[in-house]
Amino acid sequence: MAAIAERGTFRRGFDIFENRRFLAAALIAPAVVFILLLVGTPLVLAVYLSFTDATAGSLHGSYVGLQNFSEEWHNPIFRHALRNTALMTILSQLIVVVCAAILANYLSRPFRGRWFLRFLILLPWAAPIALASISWLWIFDTTYSVLDWMLIHSHTLGPACWLMHVDNCTKTSPPIFLGNANTALGSIIAVHAWRVLPFATVIFLAGQASIPTEVEDAAKIDGATGLRKLFYVTLPLQLPIALVALLFGIVFTATDMAVVYILTAGGPFNSTQVITTWAFQTGIEGGSLGSGAAVSLFLLPVLAMVAITMLVFARRAEVA
Amino acid sequence: MSAREIRRGVATYLIVGFFAVLLAFPFYWMGMTAFKTFADLLSLQNIPFKFNPSPTLENFRFLWQDTHYPRWLLNTALIGIVVVVITLVLSVPAGYALARLSGRWGGTMGIIVFLTYLVPPTLLFLPLSRVISDLGLQDKIYSLMLVYPSFTVPFSTWLLMGFFKTIPRELEDAALVDGATRLRTLVSVIFPVSIPGILTVVIFTFSLCVNEFIYAITFISSSSHRTISAGVPTDLIRGDLVNWGGIAAAVLIPAIPLALLYNLFLDRFIAGFTGGAFR
Repeated sequence: MAAIAERGTFRRGFDIFENRRFLAAALIAPAVVFILLLVGTPLVLAVYLSFTDATAGSLHGSYVGLQNFSEEWHNPIFRHALRNTALMTILSQLIVVVCAAILANYLSRPFRGRWFLRFLILLPWAAPIALASISWLWIFDTTYSVLDWMLIHSHTLGPACWLMHVDNCTKTSPPIFLGNANTALGSIIAVHAWRVLPFATVIFLAGQASIPTEVEDAAKIDGATGLRKLFYVTLPLQLPIALVALLFGIVFTATDMAVVYILTAGGPFNSTQVITTWAFQTGIEGGSLGSGAAVSLFLLPVLAMVAITMLVFARRAEVA
Repeated sequence: MSAREIRRGVATYLIVGFFAVLLAFPFYWMGMTAFKTFADLLSLQNIPFKFNPSPTLENFRFLWQDTHYPRWLLNTALIGIVVVVITLVLSVPAGYALARLSGRWGGTMGIIVFLTYLVPPTLLFLPLSRVISDLGLQDKIYSLMLVYPSFTVPFSTWLLMGFFKTIPRELEDAALVDGATRLRTLVSVIFPVSIPGILTVVIFTFSLCVNEFIYAITFISSSSHRTISAGVPTDLIRGDLVNWGGIAAAVLIPAIPLALLYNLFLDRFIAGFTGGAFR
């Protein structure tokens, strides 16, 4: 009897897993709890810290209200970092979207050597970002820059100087790319665009592959070819996927710290500081956790905007 | 072949070739640098695209024997493996449940999980640095093993959710009709056909761990506890006469295998970004 009863409870224990609702909850719960603990808690803590004068020594400071925010808002370095973050994100993503559209258009058809060329194009995205940034640090080196060598020996340094508008740049003496506010910011934008372009290109390629062949055929019958097809058929159909690539590109660029930290560390004279590097300097190197948290929270509006766009978009895709 | 097609072919090679050269150039240049002698790198007279004395392996010897680099590789691999295991344990069941069992709110829930992936480490590293030191994990690689799943789990769950949706329901229904329990169906019917999706998660979780920078420089302070992404920029770039040959070797060693893996799994990875709600 006892054995049967035991067997009964044993069966019932497993029956719970036959209940769809319970099983679903049991399978999802560990992941959700983990995410709540390691993303939710620090996010709340970041908000809490930003209202306190906590320093590196402890997690608890006294409440100071909006003081951290208003101090940073009136800090010229922070203002500049905010401007740089916006400038860097917008310009690099503009370059990325234009180049990715062109590149994906030509990369979409099969041709000999396509796999190898795609491998080369993907390299910047596949390599770890900190290490990739280091290779640019070497290319932009003050003395041994290979870029300088190429500009001088191809006799294009003169026009390049004229384009860059930097002092002490002549056709034989190259500028110090990372030692001058404008060229340093330009270099950072170029490196960000270089890194996100492969990602955007493959997303665009996936978008082109998803256009039904019937549409292509209909366009052909109607006589739409070349540029007309690109503007009236391919691009409108690609708009949703281009938006996905753009939103991710914005997040990747605006929230990245490695590129600026490695190339310039915010210098020269804080001229290339961005939100992330300034939060790191204030919070970790300067030890003002509260102010640092306040600085990093300025990333939230950007992320909220991206998240809302995605949600609206996902809802629309569901309806259609 | 018509003249149009030939023109198109030439344009393809010119444009794709131009971008390939532009995007791959830093890696080509690091490849040259890694095999050059120190004197050759510092000579302003030599043509940079030629090996003036013949190529050398000295930079790799330096990296292997005179730096913590082998240690960083080991740390990175250890962290990667542990994080992959944690990520699979949490995201495979969650991804499956979101795809199959939970009906309409499953979709909404999936999007919320994915949105947490958008919350960047650059926003969380300050409070987390305090939490890590309160837990006594400061300067230990366990701190990174604990924190990295916070960005790998949301993305992997999302990717697997899309993947599980493509597996036909009939497959499970057949097993259930045959009297298998739901859990058993999951283990012996669903998992075997999900190997490609799981492998994709393994590759991308691992590469996200190699990539991570801000936690790695914030939580770890001793050189021998660093990962490659943190160790190379903080420890090898020091002083006035930096050994660029060694650094170039340090960059190439992880970058090339990762790039090859990326290419193999690219299509699935892209489906992860565009799939799910964006189909």
